[in-house]
Amino acid sequence: MNDISKQAQRYALIILVHLGVVIIWQLWIQMGDIPDYVMPSPGATLLSLGEEYGWVHNTYVTAMEVFGGYFLAVIAGVGLALIFTWFKVIETLFKPLMISLNMIPKVALGPLFIVWLSYGVGPNIIISFSICFLPILLTMERGLRETDPDLLDLVRVLRASRWQIFTKIQLPGSLPYLFSGMKVAVVLAVAGAIVGEFIASEEGLGYLMLQVQVTLDTAAMFMAVLLITAIGVFLYGLVLLLEYLFIGHAPKEI
Amino acid sequence: MSEAFIRLSDVRKIFRTRKEEFLAVSEVTFDVKAGELVSIVGPSGCGKTTILKVLAGIHSYEGGSVKIGTQANPFDPSKDIGMVFQQPLLLKWRKILQNVLLPAEILGLPRKESLERAHYLLEMVGLQGFEDKYPHELSGGMQQRTAIARALIHDPKLILMDEPFGALDALTRENMNLELLRIWKESRKTILFVTHGIQEAVFLGSRVIVLTCGPARMAVNISIELPYPRTLDMKTHEEFGKFTRHLYKHLGMDAEDPNGISEECRIE
Repeated sequence: MNDISKQAQRYALIILVHLGVVIIWQLWIQMGDIPDYVMPSPGATLLSLGEEYGWVHNTYVTAMEVFGGYFLAVIAGVGLALIFTWFKVIETLFKPLMISLNMIPKVALGPLFIVWLSYGVGPNIIISFSICFLPILLTMERGLRETDPDLLDLVRVLRASRWQIFTKIQLPGSLPYLFSGMKVAVVLAVAGAIVGEFIASEEGLGYLMLQVQVTLDTAAMFMAVLLITAIGVFLYGLVLLLEYLFIGHAPKEI
Repeated sequence: MSEAFIRLSDVRKIFRTRKEEFLAVSEVTFDVKAGELVSIVGPSGCGKTTILKVLAGIHSYEGGSVKIGTQANPFDPSKDIGMVFQQPLLLKWRKILQNVLLPAEILGLPRKESLERAHYLLEMVGLQGFEDKYPHELSGGMQQRTAIARALIHDPKLILMDEPFGALDALTRENMNLELLRIWKESRKTILFVTHGIQEAVFLGSRVIVLTCGPARMAVNISIELPYPRTLDMKTHEEFGKFTRHLYKHLGMDAEDPNGISEECRIE
């Protein structure tokens, strides 16, 4: 009971802080006498939803790009981390390459992706994936390697098989690392999708922002940014939920 | 006199790094009878742990022979060793009961019997009611009791303990010593107990094997002729003092010299 009321207090506080920001925003507009096309008020921003901008469709498209790229990155990152840990040779060969590839600013690759893959949701998923994949790979791999050597001795005494060591010791032990990598990757996945839409696309919130920029509809641009943020927050929330389900009981170390 | 359950003769262990070789254990020879509790004492970093790991089969060795088990009392290296380390080494994502069950899972023992045994063992180490707690909710002593229950879950014939109470405070440690003696009496296991505590070694063991520093060499193998059950009061007895003084001497320390440690064998 006490726990529940504590949780409620926490959430109330979160909502209050966010509301506070909106109130300060509103006050600032009123007192500063700032023109609408520079900085719209919260009310004007909300009203822009009434315009015929295809909000639902564009939000859906961007969300699919973010989720698609992110999902692929988790699968590929975890998979490759497993392969790297199991086969030292493959790691020696390809890990430095991964690091170099990651140094390429993916934004710069955007125009190339467009050349290769044409434009649309697919290429944007790839751009999003390419930006957020490496932190997942690196944290997962680190997690798998960080296993306490004494813990390995403990199960080796029992002649545990490699598979048993993996499923019972290494994999559960690596989850806290994986989740911290996944949290970092959320921001990157969103950025990747928007960059793709900025470079070339004909739908999505990033595309919409460029469209309304021409008409100086700043309120709609604000709304687009808010919706993009909401997509990110939703994904982050999903990761938190997964983290809670898998390792919610564990002491918070990372 | 019954046949030895463990027989080490002239065991040598060399660690090789890229640049040099390092002789960790040299000419270690001793026997342990089934059901005996033998302490191994020596300075830190001296190959005591290495000897346990050789016995556990997770270290190879270069010379000599290690024989465990007899015709009448066979030994299966995968099933008959329970090991307790200096750290509890509990899996922090598993509840206490699940931690105790880990060896049973790895060995593929029947679930139902293992569960019953886990409850029995947790009761024996005084942890009933803590089955559904996570390790971080327990004190260091309780975590180490969990590790002891885990080492016993698959009913191994040999328990190897590597400074199991070294990380505990002095009072908890004395308590755990008494607990261990009780568990030993109840379970009738063969126990090898590595420690750097001289008092602890004498208090627990029916024999104490003294190793000297690097490489680990046998200094002496002393029978501790104090009756079981042992009580804390015995620590104040003249007899007890005689044994500890004897051990100090074999570790190269002069019990009557205020400087204590002799030059040839300074403990690092």
